[in-house]
Amino acid sequence: MTVAPFASGERPVPARRILQVLDRVWRRPGELAITICVFLVAALALVPFYRWAIADAVFHGDARACEADGAGACWAFLGEKLRFILFGFYPPEEHWRPALAVAALALLFVLSALPRFWSGRLLVVWAVTLPGLALLLKGGFGLLRPVATNDWGGLPLTLLVSTAGMAFAFPLALTMALARQSDMRILKALAIAYIETLRAVPMIVVLYVAMLIAPMALPSGLLVDKLLRAQIGVTIFASAYLAEVIRAGLVTIPRGQYDAGAALGLSSWRIQRLIVLPQALRVVIPAIVNLAIGLLLNTSLLAVIGIHDLLNTARASAADPNWLGYYTEAYLFVAVLYFGISHGVSRYSLWLERRLARQPG
Amino acid sequence: MHPSAPGPQGPGFLFTIRTGLGPRPLLQLFVLGGVIALSVLAFLEITAAMRQAGLTPGFAFLWQKANFEIGESAIAYAAGDSYGRALLAGLANTAKVAFWGCVLSSILGLVVALLGLAGNPLLRRIVRAYIDLIRGTPLLLQLFAWTTLFQSFPAVRQAVSLFGLAYFSNRGAVLPAIGLGDRPASLWLPGFALLAILAFLGGRPLLRGRRQATALTLIFTLAVLLLAVGFLSLLGEGPTLDLPAKGGFNIRGGLALTPEFASLLTGLVVNASATVAEIIRSGIESVRPGQWEAAKALGLSRSQTLRLVVWPQALRVIIPLMTSSYLDLTKNSSLAVAIGYPDLVSVTNTTANTTGQAVEAIFLIMILYLTLNLATSLLMNRFHRRVALRGGLER
Repeated sequence: MTVAPFASGERPVPARRILQVLDRVWRRPGELAITICVFLVAALALVPFYRWAIADAVFHGDARACEADGAGACWAFLGEKLRFILFGFYPPEEHWRPALAVAALALLFVLSALPRFWSGRLLVVWAVTLPGLALLLKGGFGLLRPVATNDWGGLPLTLLVSTAGMAFAFPLALTMALARQSDMRILKALAIAYIETLRAVPMIVVLYVAMLIAPMALPSGLLVDKLLRAQIGVTIFASAYLAEVIRAGLVTIPRGQYDAGAALGLSSWRIQRLIVLPQALRVVIPAIVNLAIGLLLNTSLLAVIGIHDLLNTARASAADPNWLGYYTEAYLFVAVLYFGISHGVSRYSLWLERRLARQPG
Repeated sequence: MHPSAPGPQGPGFLFTIRTGLGPRPLLQLFVLGGVIALSVLAFLEITAAMRQAGLTPGFAFLWQKANFEIGESAIAYAAGDSYGRALLAGLANTAKVAFWGCVLSSILGLVVALLGLAGNPLLRRIVRAYIDLIRGTPLLLQLFAWTTLFQSFPAVRQAVSLFGLAYFSNRGAVLPAIGLGDRPASLWLPGFALLAILAFLGGRPLLRGRRQATALTLIFTLAVLLLAVGFLSLLGEGPTLDLPAKGGFNIRGGLALTPEFASLLTGLVVNASATVAEIIRSGIESVRPGQWEAAKALGLSRSQTLRLVVWPQALRVIIPLMTSSYLDLTKNSSLAVAIGYPDLVSVTNTTANTTGQAVEAIFLIMILYLTLNLATSLLMNRFHRRVALRGGLER
């Protein structure tokens, strides 16, 4: 008989694993009571949810069908409003452009997630793609008709603003982190003031500064674009947190590495670039990924300053007089989108952390 | 002359600059000059732009009449009061929601953490899902969802009742209230907080050196507070329990919360509870298993081990993280502006829109938040010095 694979295998077969779990659950009477209570509470919560979301839900039809007595969730509303929630006020016949932008970003994210593609070339691809996608959305050349940034919205806007926010924040954050760690007292003090001020205030205040004060502080005519101002606010806000993440990496590099570099006759700049930064950044990649998730979720604050990001399009979709008040359905849909992205990325971050720990250097 | 003896003129000027500023003093001074120049330029541009719009830069507007209402305020405010008072009302509202948010999120977070650590696998998975779900969706989305929930309650006449103790309607929630005489809570709550702090600080030196000094001090503080309540009872201002009662068209008595406050507080508390639960879990897991085993070898029971060995060490990790979670909650309360609760940021926004003095108003908020953060980090540094591991030696 072929029992060997099971007997020697380190992972128990699923059935046995389930038995193990059940054994743990049923072992003590106290545990049993807790388990039954949990099941009861779960059933009390899940049964009405099932009725609302599936049994009584309206999948097809118009608003009239959803208003019927005893109707549950109105998924027909979501079908009707799907394109608006995803793309905002972007002209419907041009929707292939934001869709293409989302697809390109997703592809690039997947490529960048695999350590085997990590190289200088990837940075070049990003440097070309991000402005390229912005141009694709903006149009106004060739066959692409121009679309004002005020009409951009939904998922591509959320993804682009958070991605570009991280990308542009990086050089700024690196400078600030290095300055904060350096012996140059004035630069250090300036970096501390920058980082700590931004970390002390809520993001919405930073956005207000970017929206209201920045245009006044600059010569008139500059910075008229609302989305650009918001992007600057998001970038500056992200840079302070990113600087602290990078600094946490710099702190892990032992003094001996600097000394060894100096003994080789390298200049302090080359020590940073060739010895310290490659090691320091490697340590903090998972933390940077987590920060990126946080930024993606925080770009929802753009809704407060009247930009139609994914959350705001969801809210606006339920304000349509023909389909009034289906907020729950709209919020549930974007919650699933946000959660899918952020949970997927955070699982990736865990995987990466383990992988980086396994093969140092 | 001996080489180390000071010269007749002492160290030179350049040398002083060099040691004071570190390497590359010229570059540093150049950058500093650039930053100052840019700030001055920006300041001039801003004042010029404001003058062009017919505004006088400065804080004089704080004493002008504000002609807007504020939905609810923890301090007395009415349209016609000054802008300064409106901002103070906003600040009081922020303090109110932040205070209750911190208290309630600590309690809920502790409960969630304990449920997760209880060892029941089913419960652990549910706790994990709760934490992941909250941390994987935007806070603003959660606030919108709570707002939708609180607005979906029926009108007052059909208010949803919770065992007759609390009522939920589309005009908000009414909870049972604990009061003291007929004075409003905003009057006696700060007084009691002050008394508690004074009793704690005063009791500590008296009891120092005894066993369980902290616990004794807490008991002493509690006794002082109870004495104060007893004294007030003699004056006829004793504690009262005010249960809400439903009439035909309104709900009388109790502590009424507006839907905005209720959804903001619920959203902030639920959101922070996930973070707090993670902090407590990571704090307890940060104590190495050897500590549990050593305590067991010494014959300590499980609860003694947790209380005397694990918890004090976990606190070293937990307290700084909890502090930053409280700061985050306070900063997050600024999202009130999106759901119509008149907090500091929201009132500032209204002030900026009606007066045009956006720069000054935003400057004020930034100063307030900076002060709060600075004060907190000073306190935290003192705490760190007290609990830091000392290199193997007793002090």
